[in-house]
Amino acid sequence: MPGDVKTAQSAAEEKLVAEFARARASLPGTEPVGALRDAAFATFKSAGLPTRRVEAWHYTDLRIAMRDALPLASAPKPDAALKQKLEKLAPRIADLATARLVLVDGYFIAELSDAMPKGVSVSALSDALAKGDATIVEALSAPGMGQGDAALALNTAFMQGGVVIDVASGKQVAQPIEIVAVSSESSHAIYARSLLRVGAGAHLTLIERDVSAAAQAEQRNNALVVMVADEGQVEHVFVPAVLNSASTHVASLLAVLGAKASFNSFTLAQGGGLLRRQIHMRFDGEHAKGQLAGASVLRQKDHADTTLVVQHVAAHCQSREYFKTVLDGEATGVYQGKVIVAPGAQKTDGAMKSHAILLSDNATMNNKPELEIFADDVVCGHGATVAQLDEDQVFYAMARGLPKPVAESMLLEAFVDEATDRVESEPVRVYLTSLIGQWLSQRGRA
Amino acid sequence: MIEIRNLHAEIDGKKIINGLSLTVNDGEVAAIMGPNGSGKSTLSYVISGREGYDVTGGEVLLNGENILEMNAAERAAKGVFLAFQYPLEIPGVTTMTFLKACLNAQRKSRGEAELSTPDFMKRVKAGAEKLGVPQDMLRRALNVGFSGGEKKRMEVLQMSLLEPTFAILDETDSGLDIDALRIVSEGVNALRDPKRSFLVITHYQRLLDYIVPDTVHVMSKGQIVKTGSKELALELEANGYRDYVGEAA
Repeated sequence: MPGDVKTAQSAAEEKLVAEFARARASLPGTEPVGALRDAAFATFKSAGLPTRRVEAWHYTDLRIAMRDALPLASAPKPDAALKQKLEKLAPRIADLATARLVLVDGYFIAELSDAMPKGVSVSALSDALAKGDATIVEALSAPGMGQGDAALALNTAFMQGGVVIDVASGKQVAQPIEIVAVSSESSHAIYARSLLRVGAGAHLTLIERDVSAAAQAEQRNNALVVMVADEGQVEHVFVPAVLNSASTHVASLLAVLGAKASFNSFTLAQGGGLLRRQIHMRFDGEHAKGQLAGASVLRQKDHADTTLVVQHVAAHCQSREYFKTVLDGEATGVYQGKVIVAPGAQKTDGAMKSHAILLSDNATMNNKPELEIFADDVVCGHGATVAQLDEDQVFYAMARGLPKPVAESMLLEAFVDEATDRVESEPVRVYLTSLIGQWLSQRGRA
Repeated sequence: MIEIRNLHAEIDGKKIINGLSLTVNDGEVAAIMGPNGSGKSTLSYVISGREGYDVTGGEVLLNGENILEMNAAERAAKGVFLAFQYPLEIPGVTTMTFLKACLNAQRKSRGEAELSTPDFMKRVKAGAEKLGVPQDMLRRALNVGFSGGEKKRMEVLQMSLLEPTFAILDETDSGLDIDALRIVSEGVNALRDPKRSFLVITHYQRLLDYIVPDTVHVMSKGQIVKTGSKELALELEANGYRDYVGEAA
C-alpha cells in the first residue's frame, strides 16, 4: 500500500522465518505441495502476522498476542498412557456412539482411532500429501477462499498433521465422526489441516473436539476444508479447547457447497487465551442452505473473535448466521460477519444475527455485521445487539424465590440456548448445554 | 401478619415513601387505593425487595421479623409474594421449568426437601385446572405470547403453588376484561386463608367488587392518609381522591 511503512519483523515473525527454513525439507508432500507451501509462506512473509491495520483483523491483534513463535510440534509416540489420558480429557459424549479419529499434536494416530463406518475412508494428511493426488492438493488449498490471510497462509505453509475424510456418494452415514485433537504436555505450535469431502447425496455429522493436556501456552493454527457435493448434507460442531491464557488459537473453516447441498456448523467457544474462529462459506450451486451458528462464553481476559465471510455465488441459496456471546470479567468478544451476494446470485435469502450480553463493566463486545449486495432481487438482513441482563427479569425470578446467581444463570442459559438449539443432534445439544452449564456454575461460585 | 412502621424510601435521591405505616393482620385483605404517582407500586417493590430503592428509615416486619435486610429471593422464601402489574416474559424457559425451580428454591431455602417431579406435576396440574390454565401453556416459555388475562392467571397460579403468607397484588385488574377479572378474582378468593394476608393495590373500586377487602387505605404522596372499611372504596369511586390528596405533608 502506498505510504504504508513496513514495520520491522517481530521476534515471533523472525522465528517463523527461521522455523520454515529449517523444517521446509521435512514437511510432508510432493513438489506441488512444496510449491503451495512456498507461495503461502511468501504471502505470510510479505504481510507479517495480522495486526489491527488489516481490516479483517481489526479487533484481534495476533502480532501482539504472539510475542514468540513456539517450535513446531514433532510427531508423538503413542503409548498406553496417552490412550488413557485421552479418555479422561475427552470422555465420550453421552448417548452418542461416535467413530473417533485422534490427532495428537495435529498428527493423525490410527492406533488410537476407531474403525470408520461404511462409506467413509480416512487417510493421514501426510500420506495424502506424499501421494500428491492433484485433486486433494487442490481441495486442500481451497482456491478462492481466505487468500491473502496471513494466518491461514501460515497454516498452509506449515501443515503437517490432519486427516482427509471422504464420504462416498449417496452414503448417508448415521454414525457421527468425531475428530479429537489433543495436544501433549510440551509447549509448542500445532499446524493441522483436514479435509472433508462429502460426495453427492451423502450425509455426515462431524464433531471436532479439541482438548489439551498442556499447562503451558500453546499455539494452534488449524484449518478444516469442507466440500459438500450436490445434495450432500453435513452437520458440523466444533468445540475448541480451553487453553492456557497465554495461548493463541486460529481455527479456520473453509466450506464450499454444491447445488441443493446443506451445511450446518456450530462453534462453542469457552475462552482460554486468544481464539480466532474464521469461517469462509461459499455457495457454488443453486438451492443450497448454509447455517453458521455459535455461542461464546468468556471471562477473565479471554478473547474470542468470530469472523465470517459468506459468498453467495449461485442463485436461490439460503444463509443463516446466528451467534450468541456472554462476556464477564475483562473478556473481549468480536463478531464480524460479511455476506457477499454476487451479481448473479438472485433470490438469495440471507439472515445474520449476533447478540451479546455483558455481565461486567470491563467486558467488551465488538459487533460488525456487513452486507455487500450486488444482485437486485434478494432478501438479506442483519441484526446485532449488545445488552446487559434484563434487571426486570432478574427481579421477577428473584421475587419468586430464585437466588440471584440461579436467576441469572437461568436467563443466560436461555439466551445461549437459542444458539445451541440450532444443532440438529440432541445428544450433542445436551453435551453443549452441559459445558455451558459448567461455565455458568463456575461463574456463580466466583 | 405484616407491619410497616414509619417507612421512608427513595430512588435516585427522589423521596417516594414518606413515613408510611400500615398493618395487615393474618387473614386480612387490605386494599390500597390512590392516584397515579402516590407511590403504590414503589411500596410493593420496597416490600418485595427490588434493588435500586434506598430505604432511608423505618422497618417492615413479617411475622415480627424485619425483612428489609433480606434480598428478594430470601423474602420470597419467607412468604412474601408479589403479583406483578406487568408480569415479565422469560423467553427460553418453559413455565413448568420456572415454576419447579422457584418452588424448590424456596423449599431449599427453608430447609425443606425438594419436591419430586411427579409430586410437582400433580400440584401444578391441579392448580392449573382450577384457574382454567391449559396444559400446553405450561410447556410454553413463561408469559411469552400470553394474553394479558393469561399472564394474570399465571401470576395467581404461581401464588397458589408458592403458598405465600403475605401477597401483594399490584394492579391485578389492569388489562383484564370482565371474564378474566372474575376468573382471577375467584382464584385469589380461593386462596384467602386465616393465616394469609393480602395487600391489594388498585386504582379502581371495580376490582374490590370481586375481591372484597376488610380494610381500605388511601395512599397519597407516600403516606397512608385515610383508613376505612370497604365502603371507603365506594366513596372514593363517587368523589375521587380530591378530599385526601391534599392532606399529606
